[in-house]
Amino acid sequence: MSVSLPMPGVREVPGLAEGDAPQNRKDFTSDQEVRWCPGCGDYAVLAAVQGFLPQLGLRRENIVFVSGIGCSSRFPYYLDTYGMHSIHGRAPAIATGLATARKDLSVWVVTGDGDALSIGGNHLIHALRRNVNLKILLFNNRIYGLTKGQYSPTSEPGKVTKSTPMGSLDNPFNPVSLALGAEGTFVARTVDSDRKHLTSVLSAAAAHRGTALVEIYQNCPIFNDGAFDSLKDRDSAAESIIPLEHGQPIRFGAEGRRGVVRDPGTGGVRIAEDPADGDVLVHDAHAADPTTAFALSRLTDAGVLAHAPIGIFRQVEAATYDDQARDQVTTASSGTPDRTEALAGLLAGGDTWTVN
Amino acid sequence: MEGSAGRLAAGAVLPRYEEGDPAVSKQVQQLDRVIIRFAGDSGDGMQLTGDRFTQETASFGNDLSTLPNFPAEIRAPQGTLPGVSSFQLHFADHDILTPGDAPDVLVAMNPAALKANLGDLKKGATVIVDSHDFTGRNLAKAGYADNPLENDSLSEYDVHALELTDMTVGAVKEFGLSRKDAGRAKNMFALGLLSWMYGRPVESTISFLERRFAKAPDIRDANIEAFKAGWNFGETTEAFAVQYEVKPAPMATGVYRNITGNLALAYGLVAASTQSGLPLFLGSYPITPASDILHELSKHKRFGVTTFQAEDEIAGVGAALGASFGGALGVTTTSGPGIALKSETIGLGVMLELPLVVCDIQRGGPSTGLPTKTEQADLLQAMFGRNGEAPVPIVAPQSPADCFDAALEAARIAVTYRTPVLLLSDGYLANGSEPWQIPDVASLPTIEPGFATEPNHTSMKGEPEFWPYLRDEETLARPWALPGTKGLEHRIGGLEKGEGHGNISYDPANHDLMVRTRAAKVAGIARDIPPMEVDDPSGEATVLVLGWGSTYGPIGAACRLVRDAGHPVAQAHLRHLNPFPADLGDVLRRYDSVMVPEMNLGQLRMLLRAEYLVDVVGYNQVRGLPLRAADLAEAITKEITK
Repeated sequence: MSVSLPMPGVREVPGLAEGDAPQNRKDFTSDQEVRWCPGCGDYAVLAAVQGFLPQLGLRRENIVFVSGIGCSSRFPYYLDTYGMHSIHGRAPAIATGLATARKDLSVWVVTGDGDALSIGGNHLIHALRRNVNLKILLFNNRIYGLTKGQYSPTSEPGKVTKSTPMGSLDNPFNPVSLALGAEGTFVARTVDSDRKHLTSVLSAAAAHRGTALVEIYQNCPIFNDGAFDSLKDRDSAAESIIPLEHGQPIRFGAEGRRGVVRDPGTGGVRIAEDPADGDVLVHDAHAADPTTAFALSRLTDAGVLAHAPIGIFRQVEAATYDDQARDQVTTASSGTPDRTEALAGLLAGGDTWTVN
Repeated sequence: MEGSAGRLAAGAVLPRYEEGDPAVSKQVQQLDRVIIRFAGDSGDGMQLTGDRFTQETASFGNDLSTLPNFPAEIRAPQGTLPGVSSFQLHFADHDILTPGDAPDVLVAMNPAALKANLGDLKKGATVIVDSHDFTGRNLAKAGYADNPLENDSLSEYDVHALELTDMTVGAVKEFGLSRKDAGRAKNMFALGLLSWMYGRPVESTISFLERRFAKAPDIRDANIEAFKAGWNFGETTEAFAVQYEVKPAPMATGVYRNITGNLALAYGLVAASTQSGLPLFLGSYPITPASDILHELSKHKRFGVTTFQAEDEIAGVGAALGASFGGALGVTTTSGPGIALKSETIGLGVMLELPLVVCDIQRGGPSTGLPTKTEQADLLQAMFGRNGEAPVPIVAPQSPADCFDAALEAARIAVTYRTPVLLLSDGYLANGSEPWQIPDVASLPTIEPGFATEPNHTSMKGEPEFWPYLRDEETLARPWALPGTKGLEHRIGGLEKGEGHGNISYDPANHDLMVRTRAAKVAGIARDIPPMEVDDPSGEATVLVLGWGSTYGPIGAACRLVRDAGHPVAQAHLRHLNPFPADLGDVLRRYDSVMVPEMNLGQLRMLLRAEYLVDVVGYNQVRGLPLRAADLAEAITKEITK
């Protein structure tokens, strides 16, 4: 007998039955050799996911990972769940069909900054606005890895790469701002090297019903090494990471001397030195209006990263596309117990005549 | 006043002309077939008028075939040639195959409609014109320097210039509509007149108008009144001395309805769902002329149908493929430009070996081309339009009603062989209509999904395991294991698969094997498609005319003309374009000459020449319209007598 779980995101996905052996990391590890470069941040994310999935208590066969193209998109091959390594940029579209067709699956999308934001940008924003019950892990290394080092849609302006010897001219996307602009109902950011934070954000994403977008800052040691060093370096991390925790004042820096305050000049928010407690913004991830969450996302540097908010920007409840689509079908088909008979009626509908 | 008039009286819905002496006693003339074209501005309701006349004709029992023809613009500039919309109907007391080449009757609602269609008419054709708009500015818009109703430019035709607009306005004045709204009912006046002229039963049109305008009683009543007024005008006026009768055509016993290709295709997909037990998932993006299938299927959620209007063509097919992975019957519907966008995903479907039905309702190309016109120029795109060796079975319907069977067949192949299948309909089939003998649901084929439920292999350690690419020996289809099936967890993807186990493989020999295996799987479908049927009544033909898709009607009609003129000719038509029926090569080689008429520059011909080294002759037109039977008959006769 399967047990239903309290988490809305997987409430219709069968869980392990009582008496089933508990699952562990090994159950989620496929027999395929992992082929990322030594030192790649993807290993850390894979380890975190393999460690965290068993904790969900779901039946392994009811979990599906769908990916696009890129280094991170090899991810499904290494997990012993159902999986599809699809084509460049299209994973959110394919996963939308799967998640709509099957309410009993926990559907995850693994994608990268090129896959999700360049070639697949359209599908990403539409999955977000529809709020399909998908968990999207966006590995952002701010570079094209698999094609060997061209700039990506999240690379800093002026970046010198093989395809931009005189510096990139593109303004980058801020993936969190983009997702919030599409009114994503769950938008978060985490870092590959912080296993604990990564796991907590993934757990919250899994529990969310609707589209959850998790941007994961992920280091590419070959083509963009050190892109996130300011956030990872023990000496600088405290000054660089702006931690977002629901219900907590947003303070950071040595002894919490810096804080995020409202900026009446722009209508947004800014970083202040030694702000009074009453002035520090208390993070409300559950606010229905995404405006403040968007303002927080703008604290991320577009260029070389010195500051970035980390955590859950937005987490709100909203109707999902797939639930509603299934409800329409259920409502419509409730009066059609016998489809063969109904088909005969359909075919013989309209103006008919009989030839004897 | 026998025949049709007597029959109509039984309907007892029309007011009869009661005043005075019925001096206008009408003669009834028998005809075996008639071609009528209704033409007007794109806002004049010509498609509706044609559709209603078609329904009346269908319920009367004639065989029929229709050809709607309209501009891509929703409302092209009023009164201009590009804004003309028309609907052609061919009906007969015997079975017919095409909407006809040249109309016997043209109903033209304005000068542009007259000018745009006159050239297609037979000499002596009846031309019924609403003279209302034959004024300076409107004549100029249509490019007439002089009023053609007032000079002898129409002397070859039997012209009836009538004030249809004024008569309509007069007939409906009691309903208090504005003159503009009142005038809009003129299409119903014209329909009433034509319905009288050809003795059509009118009950269905009146009940249709009652339903259609149920929420606007004054418009409803005005339209019904205009329709009746048109009928009465025909009966009383001296302008028309003859009423025509076209007797019902003999048809096999059964229940019939009139159906368009897009509707039949949508029904075929619903039937494929019920016959396979697979929930139908349509991922689609609106595009002419395919959108009606999306509209239709979205009405049938009670059959478990999910319709997803995607953000683009790529997402439409992607979502369908994702749904197929989850165990649905994934379908996407589009036209040529959409296929171009979906190509990569169709290739993924070839690699994943999952069922997927891709419907291409072809239109004039390349690029945006002629969105509302028909063409068959996507065959090579369907055949080869993907990177790598990516074979896809191709199925084509031959008539509007046949779209039902073609959809079922496409789904059968997709599910049985775990492959994307391309269904090539076209704009003519999509919007054209014909009587359809409604099939008995019990007689429809069943489709067996045969999901994998258990491991199919033993690991080196002696444990049971699942190999997603371990094939059925006969069909070469791989097992379809749905997420949620315990013990069959597996990963598939676009990278080359190792034979059997399905893990990524870059091995050269494996790739060569897998490419050949995918090709062999599709080629092997030929084993369960029926052999060619060749129609050669005399058995003496030396020329075979071979077609595919919507040219079936014109080719059949042309062959009849050729035979009637005393020349034997054989006709055959392909339902399956990939693979071809196994005996096609033998059939081709049996004839001195093989002619392939197509609405493209010779795409099937190219495939046949490449495959069979037979020197096939082409007959090719890309006018955005169905082939004309008479022209084709001439070309066939030339080929026979050369």
